Amino acid sequence: MNIFTGIAFVFLAPLLGGLVAGFDRKISARLQGRIGPPLFQPFYDVGKLLQKENLVVRKSQRLYMEFFLVLIILTGAIFFSGGDLLLVIFAFTMAGVFFALGGYKASSPYSFIGAQREVLQMMSYEPAVMLAAVGMYMVTGSFQVADIVAYPQPLIFKLPGLFLAFFFILPIKFRKSPFDLATSHHAHQELVKGITTEFSGRTLALIEIAHWYEYIFVLGIGYLFFASNVWLGLVMTLVIFELLLVVDNATARVRWQAMLGSAWVVALIAGGLNIIYLMLLRG
Amino acid sequence: MASYLLYFLILFPLSVALIIVLVRKEALFPVIIYPASAVLIAASCLLIGLSAGGKPMLIPAHFSWVEQAMLVIEGAMSAYLLFLAIKQRDWFVSFLVVVQAALLFWFHFNFGHSAHAEANLFIDLFSVVMGLIVGVVGTLIAVFSVGYMRDMHHHVADHAAPVVPDNRPVFFGIIFLFLSAMFGVCFSNNLFWLFFFWEITTVCSFLMIRYKRDTVSVKNAFWALRWNLLGGLAFLLGIIFLFHTQHTIELDKLLALPKALVMLPIALISFAGLTKSAQLPFSSWLVGAMVAPTPVSALLHSSTMVKAGVYIVLRFATSLEGTLLGMLIALVGLVTFLIGSFICISQNDAKKVLAYSTIANLGLIILCAGIGTYEAVWAGILLIVFHAVSKGLLFLCVGSIEHKLGSRQIEDMSGLIVRLPKLAFMLEIGIAGMFLAPFGMLISKWAVLRAIVDSNPLFAIFLIYGSAATLFFWVKWLGKIINVEKVYTNIETGICRGQWLAMGSLAVLTLAICALFAPFAAIFIEPYIIALYGHSMSLGAGNMAVMTIMLSMMAFFPLAFLDRGRGVKVAPPYLAGANVGELGQQFRDSLGGVKAMHMKNFYMEAYFSEARLMRLGVLLTVVFLLVIIAVGGLQ
Repeated sequence: MNIFTGIAFVFLAPLLGGLVAGFDRKISARLQGRIGPPLFQPFYDVGKLLQKENLVVRKSQRLYMEFFLVLIILTGAIFFSGGDLLLVIFAFTMAGVFFALGGYKASSPYSFIGAQREVLQMMSYEPAVMLAAVGMYMVTGSFQVADIVAYPQPLIFKLPGLFLAFFFILPIKFRKSPFDLATSHHAHQELVKGITTEFSGRTLALIEIAHWYEYIFVLGIGYLFFASNVWLGLVMTLVIFELLLVVDNATARVRWQAMLGSAWVVALIAGGLNIIYLMLLRG
Repeated sequence: MASYLLYFLILFPLSVALIIVLVRKEALFPVIIYPASAVLIAASCLLIGLSAGGKPMLIPAHFSWVEQAMLVIEGAMSAYLLFLAIKQRDWFVSFLVVVQAALLFWFHFNFGHSAHAEANLFIDLFSVVMGLIVGVVGTLIAVFSVGYMRDMHHHVADHAAPVVPDNRPVFFGIIFLFLSAMFGVCFSNNLFWLFFFWEITTVCSFLMIRYKRDTVSVKNAFWALRWNLLGGLAFLLGIIFLFHTQHTIELDKLLALPKALVMLPIALISFAGLTKSAQLPFSSWLVGAMVAPTPVSALLHSSTMVKAGVYIVLRFATSLEGTLLGMLIALVGLVTFLIGSFICISQNDAKKVLAYSTIANLGLIILCAGIGTYEAVWAGILLIVFHAVSKGLLFLCVGSIEHKLGSRQIEDMSGLIVRLPKLAFMLEIGIAGMFLAPFGMLISKWAVLRAIVDSNPLFAIFLIYGSAATLFFWVKWLGKIINVEKVYTNIETGICRGQWLAMGSLAVLTLAICALFAPFAAIFIEPYIIALYGHSMSLGAGNMAVMTIMLSMMAFFPLAFLDRGRGVKVAPPYLAGANVGELGQQFRDSLGGVKAMHMKNFYMEAYFSEARLMRLGVLLTVVFLLVIIAVGGLQ
């Protein structure tokens, strides 16, 4: 991993991420007994959005979303260049903060509720992600993604609890049921359109592209648990994603209390036990 | 040369204080305070010149009259406090004052002749950093207070608050006396001197908290006094124990002794540090102190008072490293951080949010001190610096906002960016400085995390949870400022130049130390760490490059606003009904009635209630303190 893989992320992630989104819609449709849209539908959607009029409530609201996109790209670029995992998480948080602030700035009650819930989601998933980074550090002795990838055994054997905690919060990051509180792909359980209610046209297209980058980055963190072998890693990443889609289609949105409580408790118990186990190993 | 600078820093604010109290002319306050502040800031910056090398420089400062003078002043302070406490019928405070004074005089009459220090003052890099904070941030707060206090006394009637007796000469006098005492705390090597300055900060804080003289202020002032006096008593006992067992009263000698021999004095003085830095279970005094005028809160809770507490505990870091005592102190800090951060979520009062976040951040510094590894101390000193600047800025902004809006509820700050654009912008800088990458506090939190993962990963778990809560309450505040609920007009007038200067300087400082933190750490912190531990830490060149990229990107964000209207068409928000009027604030619902829209933040009172969390925190930390006492008793 070096600066070139980071640059490759910048250019390839939207293509790959768009494909993942298309794959997602296809599989979800099959799970629901529909045929579903073409694989490239997300690209068509974004292309169309780019041509539409950009209606806003506050003039500056799009700036926050543009910075969200830029920061997500930066996050992924640091990650795929093999940088410091904690720094990556901080950059990711910063991107998320801009996304939420965009929702606040839009100054509409629905985007406001969405923004609140977005921050709540960030608070819910952060412990699991940070603990995963701590666990990886304890096993490999480094926070550098490059060193973590170079570790000879699959990390999952030493980090099963942390992987569980990470998998548990994954729906939050993919905006999937049961934790799609801020904004959802399922219209039947959505408050208008959540945080993106007042976003349209080009800005909405940028948000969509940012989410594609986010997909690839988050799957990249999942990959780290199996990174000792490239093929194992890729296959397991696909399996994780498949499982996520099944969960998405099998569950309904929960209330925020259930999300915050369960995400924190799972991270505390599964992650905490895992860390105690690592401390015992270290002696 | 160095010795004269220290004398000047300690005595100059004192003389300014005397002049203000004697002059008592309102028109002369700015004429005295502004130039004096300029001199003080310049003199503090001269400290940088003394920072070469990590070795402490000892300064004998033998004056035969100083000790007698200190004793007389301490006696007078005790008599005054005793008088007030009896008048207030606060028997606990009276008891503490009497015991402390008796102990002090008993010691001096019996052992005073043999208890002499080779060097009464000293200076090393850590004191230089502390001196800079007191001299620059503390003085800027003094500058701010001139305009703020004038506003407060002229406009207080507008807010239907009870009229506050105007006693500004004494107020400003105490502020400068406070700065003087803080310099004394930072530069004393003789522990009796340190204790003397320590007690002056206690008394000054008491006088400032009760400034408004209403029942609540007086009650909270006594509450603060109670815990700080308790700490002071522990401090005094610590020195006396140290003298009786090791025959020294000097800080540098104490730190050089084998740690097993001096655990008890260190425990007692650290206890004083915990009370002064408002750790659980003593935190309530800091929250109560929020009744004081805002410059007081800023001074006590960002750059001075509470920093004296963490300063002394962090001094002992090398002795605390790897000991049970260190572990328990770290636990107190950790619990305080966690509970403080959680409580912030349910607070709507901006000053209370700042108070609890101060408590939480001090907890983080105490955690660093208790762990005491080189990484932890590095992170702890950085935290002190970043927190002082950002928190000072936040308090001053909130104070100004309160005067303009007549409220300091976060829920009333909707559209602040339109109503008070410059203040809101600086508030944003301050908030970003508290939690967002790549700003200061986050750099330090990152360093703290690395430090505790290496020493005790279990602590890291709780740190991570507290840090997640931090994210939530800062973002929702930030969101409220930029969210525009109604049509507002700009009301940003009548804030005087001195106030703007103070807030502007702190905002620039928040950004500057973030941009320049690598050279800052290399010059001021790393040599100190190397002198103590033989090696130091850094965040790595690659990471620094990434941080710089992030920071420069942030610099573009305000610039992007020049372009904000391009390519968009403004439309009213969607309100789940037909909008009524052009403004998008009202809509017609399905029954035909006209409804107004409101936006309110989450406070999650049921989960993060102040009362319940405080009870839990107090319970946990009392247990830790009891364990400390039990272990100390067994030894």
